[in-house]
Amino acid sequence: MKTARFSIYRYDPDKDAKPYMQDYEVELSPTDVKLLDVIVKLKAMDDTLSFRRSCREGICGSDAMNINGKNGLACVTNVADLKQPIELRPLPGLPVIRDLIVDMTQFFKQYHSIKPYVINDTPPPERERLQSPEDREELDGLYECILCACCSTSCPSFWWNPDKFVGPAGLLAAYRFIADTRDEATNERLDNLEDPYRLFRCHSIMNCVDVCPKGLNPTKAIGKIKDLMVKRAV
Amino acid sequence: MTIPVRRFDAVIVGGGGAGLRAALQLSESGLKTAVLSKVFPTRSHTVAAQGGISASLGNVQEDRWEWHMFDTVKGSDWLGDQDAIEFMCRKAPEAVIELEHFGMPFDRLENGKIYQRPFGGHTQNEGEAPVQRACAAADRTGHAMLHTLYQRNVRANTQFFIEWMALDLIRDEDGDVVGVTALEMETGEVYNFHAKGVLFATGGAGRIYAASTNAFINTGDGLGMSVRAGIPLEDMEFWQFHPTGVAGAGVLITEGVRGEGGILLNANGERFMERYAPNLKDLAPRDFVARSMEQEVLEGRGCGPNKDHVLLKLDHLGPDIIKQRLPGIREIAIKFAGVDPIKEPIPVIPTCHYMMGGIPTNYRGEVVIPKGDNPEARVNGFYAAGECACASVHGANRLGTNSLLDLVVFGKSAGDSMVEFIKNEMPTWKPLPANAGQISLDRIARLDNQTGGEEVADVRAAMQRTVQARAAVFRNSENLALGVKEIQEVAERVKRTQIKDKSKVFNTARVEALELENLIEVAVATLISADARKESRGAHAHADYQERDDEVWMKHTLYYGEDRRLTYKPVHTKPLSVEYIAPKVRTF
Repeated sequence: MKTARFSIYRYDPDKDAKPYMQDYEVELSPTDVKLLDVIVKLKAMDDTLSFRRSCREGICGSDAMNINGKNGLACVTNVADLKQPIELRPLPGLPVIRDLIVDMTQFFKQYHSIKPYVINDTPPPERERLQSPEDREELDGLYECILCACCSTSCPSFWWNPDKFVGPAGLLAAYRFIADTRDEATNERLDNLEDPYRLFRCHSIMNCVDVCPKGLNPTKAIGKIKDLMVKRAV
Repeated sequence: MTIPVRRFDAVIVGGGGAGLRAALQLSESGLKTAVLSKVFPTRSHTVAAQGGISASLGNVQEDRWEWHMFDTVKGSDWLGDQDAIEFMCRKAPEAVIELEHFGMPFDRLENGKIYQRPFGGHTQNEGEAPVQRACAAADRTGHAMLHTLYQRNVRANTQFFIEWMALDLIRDEDGDVVGVTALEMETGEVYNFHAKGVLFATGGAGRIYAASTNAFINTGDGLGMSVRAGIPLEDMEFWQFHPTGVAGAGVLITEGVRGEGGILLNANGERFMERYAPNLKDLAPRDFVARSMEQEVLEGRGCGPNKDHVLLKLDHLGPDIIKQRLPGIREIAIKFAGVDPIKEPIPVIPTCHYMMGGIPTNYRGEVVIPKGDNPEARVNGFYAAGECACASVHGANRLGTNSLLDLVVFGKSAGDSMVEFIKNEMPTWKPLPANAGQISLDRIARLDNQTGGEEVADVRAAMQRTVQARAAVFRNSENLALGVKEIQEVAERVKRTQIKDKSKVFNTARVEALELENLIEVAVATLISADARKESRGAHAHADYQERDDEVWMKHTLYYGEDRRLTYKPVHTKPLSVEYIAPKVRTF
């Protein structure tokens, strides 16, 4: 029988003066494939261990955490690929509510700040607005974001200025709407980002690309927004 | 102990597709509205829907809502209410166009219109030929739809209470609904939400089964709350097994794979669906395909060392189609089945997926229950939409892509009904009863003080094993009778669950214990309802009663929790404007 050893960040403000790391060891059965399978099993042993989870298939974005120093989703991470003891910590840079559960208010505030919806004041036709397959393809690699926050919380610029820098997830969403042929607010969207912090704190270190569990590329999207800014200035 | 009160015109419980669509109606009406969700809205399980949303747009071939209606009635095995089905199918095109106008990133045809793909049971002219009716955003249609609806709510400034779990429904002495009690998960505080109208959009409860495509959060909270408040549940014996769950992992593989041309193979490499459904083949409705697959396995033609699954082959579609139309499936197959479908078939088994039953409503989203001679008297102030509701458009078996449609059509309809009710009939709030919220406090206190009880995880596993074994694809009298006895024994154990975590802060152990109290209501309702139905219809395949019996059983089950009794009510046979579609033998 194989076992897995863990070292997990624990903090319950109701009883702990400060955070600490707790060790666990658990026997693995053949169905314990993903990291989430195993921490659900740990929770059956110790019900105080707290984390978010829902779909367990990498589409809802609930179970993002810092796994052996790298952000990822527990439900799509193979436990066999991880070096032991497996060190689990909450996503870095956000306030911890309890154990692996972080307060994502700032992350969502930045997402909301880019007006994440199609803006189009032209009265819509009775049928669908037409869009060519090529124009629709422009949205691929952008719309699939699951708002797990792996990217933004791996970004030093977001750590230093979570209130001022939109962060990779928000900027990916910003470009998703700029790139949509149905959206009429490109200028307004660029105005919204024209600021020393909101967009330009991205220094293209690409941590976001490295950790995105959906294989998306926020850095590339940010580059495209920067290009549009330059083009507009000329 | 007094419970703090927050007062709104309307409260919506649930932030998935139905809740978010309803929220738009409420927010735009100017009524003060709160949306409670136990997860951030885009984490709701709508996000996992893959294949599409149905509407007779006719973008690829000729299509008509009447054909969509026929397919839905036939798919439901004549248990669906034909007024509600007509309502949904007629509204489908405008509902999908609206989503497009909201910004949903649908795939496109060369002419710029929304891409539509074939799906199970979708046909032209009452079964003549398959039709492309499923409007798709690759194989991430639910994700695209849920995010779009959330984004639209950001625009509408909807007020969300995120990570708040509703615990109990508040009804006054007239039986009217006047609010809900809810737990703020971050602080552990309990509040009463006082409202003129409450909408439940709490989703499914697939976690009563051991193997399910459903998320952890699909725990039937709205159904549990309803049962505890004396509201019956409708048609709970009907659970959809999706033909293609990844064997072992349970994760969903969309029917859209077969829509794009994928086929099912048994151990002999035979495309066995040709034998069971000569016309629609792999695109027969889900109950039919699931039974055919189980039959292949029972007759020894299953695949793998244990001969316990079949194979879903799609490599013949070619890498381009797979990468363009089914990228999410490829990702899932690689991650959860360890196969790249461009090269190898995916091992699949029928897996619990969807609850056709739920809180009884009409097509206006109003909750309706028997009262005197009226089988469908409105419960004032109470609405339900989406998977938790039973309108009933899915009857005994839902057609693929009709669930996303259900969410937006009935989310909107319920929202409209609520706005109308609150504006016309509710100038002010009915008072909260003196004991409002007490039942929730008692439940929490019981958990905090319980000693000598059992672990939540153990009791939950016992429930899931029982339901899995006794209410599966194929059922029989002996198994169901055993199931009724066993699940009631598990229900006694649920009353004594114990948690070690007593923290106020984000206590997920407490949440899971409270969820189990909802799940068990659903599980008991399922087995008692299934045990009583002596026929085979849709997803209820009974070995001892293999035929559909319209004479006796063309009726809806109603389960009451307080004494675990059943009553029945008639199926609506009168559509809104078209002719009744009379029962026929269901072949494909």
